Amino acid sequence: MSRYAVALVAGILFGAGLAVSGMMNPGKVISFLDLFDNWDPSLAFVMASAVSVFAVGNRLIRRRKHPFCDLAFLSPADTKVDFKLVIGGVIFGVGWGLSGLCPGPAIAVLVTGQTNLGIFFLALIGGMLAHRTIIRFTD
Amino acid sequence: MDTFSLLSALVGGFLIGLSATVLYAGLGRYAGISGILGGLLSGEDIAIRGLFVIGLMTGAATVFYGAGLPPAIVAQSPIWLLVIAGFLVGFGTRLGSGCTSGHGVCGIARLSKRSLVATACFFSTALIVVFLMRHVLDG
Repeated sequence: MSRYAVALVAGILFGAGLAVSGMMNPGKVISFLDLFDNWDPSLAFVMASAVSVFAVGNRLIRRRKHPFCDLAFLSPADTKVDFKLVIGGVIFGVGWGLSGLCPGPAIAVLVTGQTNLGIFFLALIGGMLAHRTIIRFTD
Repeated sequence: MDTFSLLSALVGGFLIGLSATVLYAGLGRYAGISGILGGLLSGEDIAIRGLFVIGLMTGAATVFYGAGLPPAIVAQSPIWLLVIAGFLVGFGTRLGSGCTSGHGVCGIARLSKRSLVATACFFSTALIVVFLMRHVLDG
């Protein structure tokens, strides 16, 4: 299977998963995050299911010397818990709590063609570019 | 899709976990959407990342529109709040090196300490923000 086919298939599975699970719907995500009003536990089950599957898959695949279509397994550059991780998480959490949208669903909801969701996505890209600019400035 | 469905949550989560497994098995990379978007913006591996994103939208659209009348997906917030939220999501996920898929699914599945901390940070923050927005500020 070519590298491109892997990327495309993985993407399709991910998008389908977001739609099937209801995680494409920010209202459903907020209903999970709102513990005190009509609590919807979906997100917990989605994550439990996804984590379980990848935990097994990751373990099995790691027995190989390298991925099927590439030379090596990627290792994350940072291994320590640091300030950026925590602050980044908090900042992301604020945005996620305000909107019910994280990056995956932000892409998925573009297919609904709603302008305000397109604007959200552009702002998200803007935030990523802003971070990149600051990194370049401070290095 | 607005009412809780255990089956949808589990199947959707399974698909997401499967996506991560395929990506890791094929290319040795973690299915972290913020990383994929960030990499696209930096011009790294545009073809692979672009295909994943296209696949994501395709998979989401297929499920969303394929099962009859699509569910209502509404982002309640005014545009200015969506812009702020989007920016924070983009900035925070880059600063924190991950999001719900990267840290929450892939990282936790690997029992990564960084990801466990990051996930705790953005989840707890989002819970607090939602509580404030829905039960303190809006009444």
